[in-house]
Parts: sequence; structure tokens; C-alpha cells
Amino acid sequence: MVTIFGIPSAALFGQLLIGLINGSFYALLSLGLAVIFGMLNIINFAHGAQYMLGAVAAFLLLQWTGLGYWTALIVAPLVVGAFGIIIERTLLQWLYKLDHLYGLLLTFGLALIVEGIARNFLGSAGLPYTLPDSLRGGQNLGFMFLPNYRAWVIVASLAVCIATWLVIERTRLGAYLRAATENPTLVRAFGINVPLMITLTYGFGVALAAFAGVMAAPIYNVSPQMGSELIIVVFAVVVIGGMGSILGAIVTGFGLGIVEGLTKVFFPEASNTVIFVVMAIVLLVRPAGLFGRRA
Amino acid sequence: MRNTLGLAALTALLLCGTASAQDKTVKIGVLTDMSSLYADDTGIGSVIAAKLAAEDFMAKHKDYKVEVVSADHQNKADVGTNIANQWIDRDGVDMIADVPNSGVALAINEVTRAKNRVFIASGPASSDLTGPKCSPNTVHYTYDTWMLANGTGKAIVKTGGDTWFFLTSDYAFGHALERDTAAVVEKNGGKVVGKVRHPLNTNDFSSFLLQAQASKAKVIGLANAGGDTINAIKQGAEFGIVAGGQKFAGLLIFAPDVLALGLKTAQGLTYTSTWYWDLNDGTRAWTKRWDKMRDSAGKVPSMNMAGVYSGTLQYLNAVAAVGGSKDGKAIVAEMKKTPAEDPVYGKTTIRADGRGMHPAYLFEVKSPAESKYPGDIVKIKATIPPDEAFRPLKDGNCPMVSG
Repeated sequence: MVTIFGIPSAALFGQLLIGLINGSFYALLSLGLAVIFGMLNIINFAHGAQYMLGAVAAFLLLQWTGLGYWTALIVAPLVVGAFGIIIERTLLQWLYKLDHLYGLLLTFGLALIVEGIARNFLGSAGLPYTLPDSLRGGQNLGFMFLPNYRAWVIVASLAVCIATWLVIERTRLGAYLRAATENPTLVRAFGINVPLMITLTYGFGVALAAFAGVMAAPIYNVSPQMGSELIIVVFAVVVIGGMGSILGAIVTGFGLGIVEGLTKVFFPEASNTVIFVVMAIVLLVRPAGLFGRRA
Repeated sequence: MRNTLGLAALTALLLCGTASAQDKTVKIGVLTDMSSLYADDTGIGSVIAAKLAAEDFMAKHKDYKVEVVSADHQNKADVGTNIANQWIDRDGVDMIADVPNSGVALAINEVTRAKNRVFIASGPASSDLTGPKCSPNTVHYTYDTWMLANGTGKAIVKTGGDTWFFLTSDYAFGHALERDTAAVVEKNGGKVVGKVRHPLNTNDFSSFLLQAQASKAKVIGLANAGGDTINAIKQGAEFGIVAGGQKFAGLLIFAPDVLALGLKTAQGLTYTSTWYWDLNDGTRAWTKRWDKMRDSAGKVPSMNMAGVYSGTLQYLNAVAAVGGSKDGKAIVAEMKKTPAEDPVYGKTTIRADGRGMHPAYLFEVKSPAESKYPGDIVKIKATIPPDEAFRPLKDGNCPMVSG
């Protein structure tokens, strides 16, 4: 068998694919963060909690109303997104003119509260959530067994990422949004309801996190701390990609998933630090991040 | 984030750290994981167990006042050591209970040894606590890695699972569990074909599962616990590990973990434990009391919590027997001298090396159809008597035990 650095090539391909799948989650989450930061200038530390809420909402929908995975995939992001809109209207909107730090502290506090409440009611061991029947099983690709669900994760994540990028970078709505970030007063002068747009953008970013949460529910342990474990990595992804850069978030999300996957083969003990090593190097060489627009 | 929680816990501690009127006060500090992957297996449930033990003791000994305080060690040895030092030096804590996470527990083991207090270790697993690191101030009450390895490992090798691949949590506990299990596997004619060490609190196990799958080992030994074990089994089902003819050996599984996995995913899994809430009338009655205080639907107590109760009760009785002395070594020596019996753990003796001796049970997780009522999750496959369940005294290399 052909080997690369002592690892059979088949195993290596398998790990690359696995990395890509994990990257899908990083990409989805960092995309939401990048959208919120890019448009609102808010460092949304509650993103992990909102991701967790998505997964928990999927669980509760199943428990209370019997609604399955596919419904949850639509309903949970809407519910959590609405929750995000309430937060934006009641709390965040007062902070746009202040330093980033205030938004960061506020959302961090919110994350602590939400997680604490969830832990109080649901415990921390986790909640059972099984795979949807239609995505059970998998394909034998020769070099690895690819569960159908993981294939779905890549496809869905890519589709959502590309769609979001297209909307923001290539449509009139996206152009308004970007203009509103640059100069809100001028854009309002053209008769565009900027505050509404900002609110909806935050709701959309939060909904993205919840969407990732529902995607994660069948394969990861659904527990109150699932978000706080992931959020730090996702922030590193956003920093590496360049704060607020949509494309940067997507590309680095997938890229770092692969880097991490490879680390799990060659030096598993370091797999949860490798992303931060990359971050340190990138910050040294390109302080604005790989895709950052301004230095 | 956890620092903030720890600070809150400490503040709460300060508030309840005021001196009491009664002359014989015993203060118990439950140092545990309140917010992370072991929180449902220990955490608040352990604090409740200690409070129940204090209640039962005070009902019989009216001249004693027992206070229970608690804190979150965040699975960090330095945080745990700081809290323990403050508790003992400033707040007058006499005994530290629980301490899941072997890394933190090994540090606390040294603190209580140096300051001559008592450590009733219910949460940690590393068999080193009664081995090279044994201490005259420590009782390792509930279980250990040798017992887990011996119970589950032996049973699986004997039913044909003779090639093993380990997924090991990369810290003191995982290493000890892997080492002890590998020894059992090899002793019974099996072979370890590979292993991979993953960081604590790993979200995604698919890379490791692929490596395990490629190893063609018949058994994938999970030398991890809590959320890590749940994630590995959940994702293993997805990757067709079991369907492909390989089998998981959950080396440390707690009842709350089974609930988190759901019986559909967990059914058929065998694991070793020293306690189960539905063992007999005594355990059921205790669980009812625990449940009333826990006030959370669908939770069952774990063996760690039961161990905190019985260990604390036994400790308090020993304190009374030595007349309320604060001398940790004397109290533990008294515990070793007197066999105890309570409705939760039954008969328990403490061996010279600090090992709590009671039977262990090999459990199998029920299928959803077999489960008759909420919390009815396992059946007993075998009962292992204390002498076989735990490592023989002479094999532990405990410096306190001569010869």
C-alpha cells in the first residue's frame, strides 16, 4: 500500500475528508460570527450558547411536540433567531457606538446566563438525540466508511455558506448592507431602514448558529457546554480568516478542519492546540488575518 | 468563563464560612466538577449526597454540627489545589470529598497529606491513589481503574474480544485506565494492537474512530469518561463500528451517561460499577431521598454520589469515635479499623492502603423494550466479590504497606 509519512494513503484521504466535515461546522459557525461582526461590529460571544440553543431546541421539539430532525432544521433556527432579534432590540442596539469591548462583555454575560439556565434544567451529561432515519447508514468509499449524515453535513454547510456569501457580496440587498456598515447615515438618507436591516442581520447570524446546532445534535453530545467548548476554536478561525471577512471565515473554517484532522493522525495529543498555533503564526505574519481587508 | 463560576462558588463559600455555636463542628468540602463533562456524574448530586450523610449523622449525634460546602475545580489541578488550601487554612475544612478527575485528585491527595486532613476520594479513578501515591490521609472509596479494567476487561476477553484498540483520554486517569486494562487483556491472552490519545473534552471522535476501525481490533476500549465516552459511542454508531463487527468496551460508564446516550444507542453495552440505584430496597430508598433534594426530572444518582454519601458517613462515624479530633491520620486509621455498614453501599471495609472494599457488578445496558420504568437502564450480569474486584494489596506498590 502507498504510504505518505508512514501513514497509508487510504487512511490519509479518510482523515482529510473527516477534517472537511469538522471544517463544515467551523465554517458555519464562523460565518455567522463574521456576518455579525462585519455588519454590526459586535463580537458575538453568545454565538456558542446560540449554537447550543439550536441543538437543545431540536431536542425539545422532539420531546414535546414529536417534530423530527427536518422540521427542527427549519424551526429551531427561526425560534433561536427570533430570540436573537429580541436581544438585539433590547440590549445590543445601545452598544453600537461604544467600544467593541462592551458588546463582547454583554454577549459573554448572556452566554453565561443562557448556559447556566440550560445546565440547571437539563443537567450537563447531555441529551439523547438520534440520527434521522433517512440519513442512517453510509457509503463505503474504498478508503473509508462515510456515514450518510456526514456527507449531508458537508453538502448542507457548503450550500448555506455559498448562498450567504452570494447574498452579501453579489446582491442588491447585500450591497445595501455593506453600504450601511460603511456609512449608516447616508444609507438612511436614501430611504433604507437601516436599524431594521441590522436587526435582521443579527437574527440571521444567530439563526446560522442554531442551524449548526441542529446539524450537530445527532452526532455530538447535546449538552449546555457544547457551545463554549467550540466557540473558542471558532473565534480563532474568524481571527485567522480576518475579522468580518465572510469568504475568510468560510475558507479558513474548512481549511482548519483539515489541519486539525491531519494533526489527529500525526500527533493526536496536540489536536486541540494546533488551531491556536496557526492563529499565532498568522497574527505574526499577517495581523489582519488571511483575508482581512484592512491592516 | 469557568473562572467566573469558580469565583461565584468561592464567594458563596465565604458567606457560609462563619463559625457555629456548637462546640464540635465538622466541615466537609465537596470539591467537584460543577460545570463540565463530569458534572452530571458528580457535581451537585455529590453535594446532595454529602448533605444527606451529614443529616443522618447529626440525627444520631446531636452534639455535632456538620457543615457542607462545595466548589467547582473546573477540572484544573491548580484551581483545585488553591481551593483546597484556602478551605483548610482559612475556612477550617476537615475533609475533602469527591474530586472527580484523577489529575486534580492526585494534587488534593498531596494537600491533605501535607496538612493532615482527610480526603474521601469518590470521584477519581486512578488506582495510583492506593498504589505508589497512597496516603494515610486518603480513602479511595468508590472505584478505581484496576477494578474497571479487571471487571470489564476480563469479561470481554473471555467472551472472545481478544484484540484491543484504545481510545484514551490524555491525562492521568486515561493513562492509568489504559495501563490497567492493557495488563488485564494481556494476562488473559488478549493483545493490544494500537491506541490513540485524545485531549480531554474532545468534540469530534471521527478521526480516532477511523484509526480504530482501520486497526481491525475486535474491541475498542474507551479509556475515557463522561462527555468523551458519550461522544465516542454516539459517533461510533454513526460510523458503523458496531455494525462492522467491532465492539465498544466502555471502561468507565456512569448511569447518567447511559441516559445521555439513550437506550437505543447504548443497549448491549457492558460496564463495571460498584453501585446502581436500583440494586436493593436500601439503594432505592436512598435514591428517593436524593431525588427529592436534587429535584430534577429523569436524573439518577451515580456510584460516585452514593460513594460520597457512604464514605462521608463512615468518615463522620470515625470522627465521633475518635472524639471529634481533627487529626486526619487518626480518623483514617479509625476508618480502617472499623468495618462499616449502611443501606447504600452495604458492608464496606477500608484496607490498609486506603482502598474501600465492596463488591463490584458487571452491568449490561437494557434495550428500550426491556426498560420497564424511568431510570430502569441496566441488568446485573455478574457480581464480583471485593477480593476479586480490587487489586490485591501486595500488587499496589503502596509504600505504606510493607512487604
